Amino acid sequence: MITLRNVSKTFTLHNQGGAVIPVMQGVDLTVSPGECVSLAGRSGAGKSTLMRMIHGNYLAASGEILVGATDVARASPREILALRRQVLGYVSQFLRVVPRVPTLDVVAEPLLTLGIPADQARARAAELLSRLNLPERLWQLSPTTFSGGEQQRVNIARGFVHDYPAMLLDEPTASLDAANREVVLQLIEEAKQRGAAILGIFHDTEARERVCDRVLDVTGFTPGLAA
Amino acid sequence: MNTRPEAAPLLSVRGLAKYYGTRIGCTDVSFDLWPGEVLGIVGESGSGKSTLLSCLAGHQQPDRGEIHFDGRDLLAMSEPERRRLSRTEQAFVHQNPRDGLRMGISAGGNIGERLMAVGARNYGQIRETGLDWLGRVEIAGARIDDRPSAFSGGMQQRLQIARNLVTAPRLVFMDEPTGGLDVSVQARLLDLLRGLVRDLGLSVVLVTHDLAVVRLLAHRLMVMKSGQVVEQGVTDQVLDDPQHGYTQLLVSSVLQV
Amino acid sequence: MNVASADNYNFAYLDEQTKRMLRRAILKALAVPGYQVPFAPREMPMPYGWGTGGVQVSAACLVPEDRLKVIDQGADDTTNAVSIRKFFQRVAGVATTETTTEATVIQTRHRIPETPLKEDQILVYQVPIPEPLRFLEPRETETRRMHALEEYGLMHVKLYEDIARHGEIATAYAWPVMAEGRYVMTPSPIPKFDNPKLSDCPAIQLFGAGREARIHALPPWTKVVSLDFEDHPFQASKADHACEICGSCESYLDEVITDDQGGRMFVCSDTDFCSTRSNAQQSGAA
Repeated sequence: MITLRNVSKTFTLHNQGGAVIPVMQGVDLTVSPGECVSLAGRSGAGKSTLMRMIHGNYLAASGEILVGATDVARASPREILALRRQVLGYVSQFLRVVPRVPTLDVVAEPLLTLGIPADQARARAAELLSRLNLPERLWQLSPTTFSGGEQQRVNIARGFVHDYPAMLLDEPTASLDAANREVVLQLIEEAKQRGAAILGIFHDTEARERVCDRVLDVTGFTPGLAA
Repeated sequence: MNTRPEAAPLLSVRGLAKYYGTRIGCTDVSFDLWPGEVLGIVGESGSGKSTLLSCLAGHQQPDRGEIHFDGRDLLAMSEPERRRLSRTEQAFVHQNPRDGLRMGISAGGNIGERLMAVGARNYGQIRETGLDWLGRVEIAGARIDDRPSAFSGGMQQRLQIARNLVTAPRLVFMDEPTGGLDVSVQARLLDLLRGLVRDLGLSVVLVTHDLAVVRLLAHRLMVMKSGQVVEQGVTDQVLDDPQHGYTQLLVSSVLQV
Repeated sequence: MNVASADNYNFAYLDEQTKRMLRRAILKALAVPGYQVPFAPREMPMPYGWGTGGVQVSAACLVPEDRLKVIDQGADDTTNAVSIRKFFQRVAGVATTETTTEATVIQTRHRIPETPLKEDQILVYQVPIPEPLRFLEPRETETRRMHALEEYGLMHVKLYEDIARHGEIATAYAWPVMAEGRYVMTPSPIPKFDNPKLSDCPAIQLFGAGREARIHALPPWTKVVSLDFEDHPFQASKADHACEICGSCESYLDEVITDDQGGRMFVCSDTDFCSTRSNAQQSGAA
């Protein structure tokens, strides 16, 4: 479902004398449907960079990034937008939303953009929010004022509201209490069950051991850090 | 956003150029805009983004290039056709609501004008549609007979949007629609616009210098400098991994709160 | 006729070249019903606002055989009507009349005669502001474009505002009309009661605006429709009284204040129509 072949990434800093910084090279990886793969490597090794490249947020310098039938490295913006809507879910550590939009609508939005009727979309959003123990009195408030843990749960609900065939999870259990951590792990297990291909960053060792089928160290892809 | 695969772009621009004497307004602009997409155009003052917008909207005649709207050649269109199009299938939201509203005419009359211009002749229905649109842009129905001069800046801008969207246009041009508004009012307007874009399947060309606004509103982004497009792509990609030196400078110059 | 004999003037005051220019404008206006044709107005021996446009159009139409009638607000005997009638008596030597049916050219301010017009008659209106869009759009360049492109939505916006504010279309005179399905025109400030008479009229109707330098026209049998809404249709209305002189319930009435105690009476605004009816009643009674 997710296949990378010989992917590399460089940053060119035009305003700092055109310095070219190679950050990844020779990345090969595959995540099959129903599989969950964890990226490992010390901080700065390029785990997040790799996830962002798959999401189309960073441009790959070379290679192939196949998500389903789409090569993200070559796809037009329109194809990437369609991929993100329908195929590729992303739970980041940051919540970026229009201020004042109620939490319920923030979570329902991915479904609304797919053309699902508003009442159905909100019902599904409400279901996830209550599963993640977010008090109902917060649903009509904007998540911009929430605590870190609350925002994280909103992010997770938003990422799982649609049954994406492929998912990217950036530390999904960070800043969660035991009960909610358990809910998130169940959500991941259910997603694997229905055949989702999942690539994630899990610093939480127990969580990683429970849901991940493989661990992939990205250090080998990092120029200067390899070997 | 519309999920149906669309066979053709709604707006297709090729090699567009506009000169002011020997000075470049904009040049070599090419892009396709698909149904349901919001295209942001950013750049500093004088970068050519407003020139481009006014050429696209038919306010100025470009010197070179082609513009096709829904397969129709806009530059070959007669003036009556072009103007009819700009009242029906296209719309233009000005930065200053005073430029887009008739200040001496009630809110209901402002919304109804485009309907009457395309032949609506039933007062009751025009008024009902006016009330419906006031509701959609979150203005109390009781204000329908008030003039826009009695409205706050944010309300005026929402009224201008209602007035433009009432004929269900497919393509909306927006020139700094949130400029000059309080931050809290801006957020409300952004949310409204996102909802309308999604629910009505609108395509939007949005000119702004506010990167926060494009990040939240635009699916795709085009960066202009000295009349030329220096970079375009998915909005968050252009903002987070800018390839061109100018974009890198632009992104790194934004003050963080 | 006094010492300044008509012989000192060209027939109908204006020189022949000026009349040719006016006739060209009139013919063009007749060819495009409702379209405002620019012309080059001359100084007339009367102030603007006293009917200089109508007088020039009349001068261009008159021939020695004509019989001229002039009315102001329907009346033959008001200052304005009397002055213009005398003017043409003096400079054209044409016959005049107060009887609608006998006139070949009728110059009017603000009314259409009650007596139906005939095919061999010309009705000349004095028009103060010929542009119906003027109060909505001040730029002449823009109103001309709006006419050219048939962008008349704004006209209905005005009517919409009337209903929104007053519950009905409050316009009582100069109610805008559509001529032959193409040009929106102002019927000069006639009361809306007269609007239906504009349509399918056997006579030629010419509209002259001297200060604004525009002529528009309705050829005979032109379809003229008063603008309205389906649910607020145009209605020709008048004071709900009968004329206290001739008893007519059908004619347009003037309200005349008779004393300082609020006394008033309603009488026909069309003096010829009223006196014709009263005379017939008297001779019938005799």
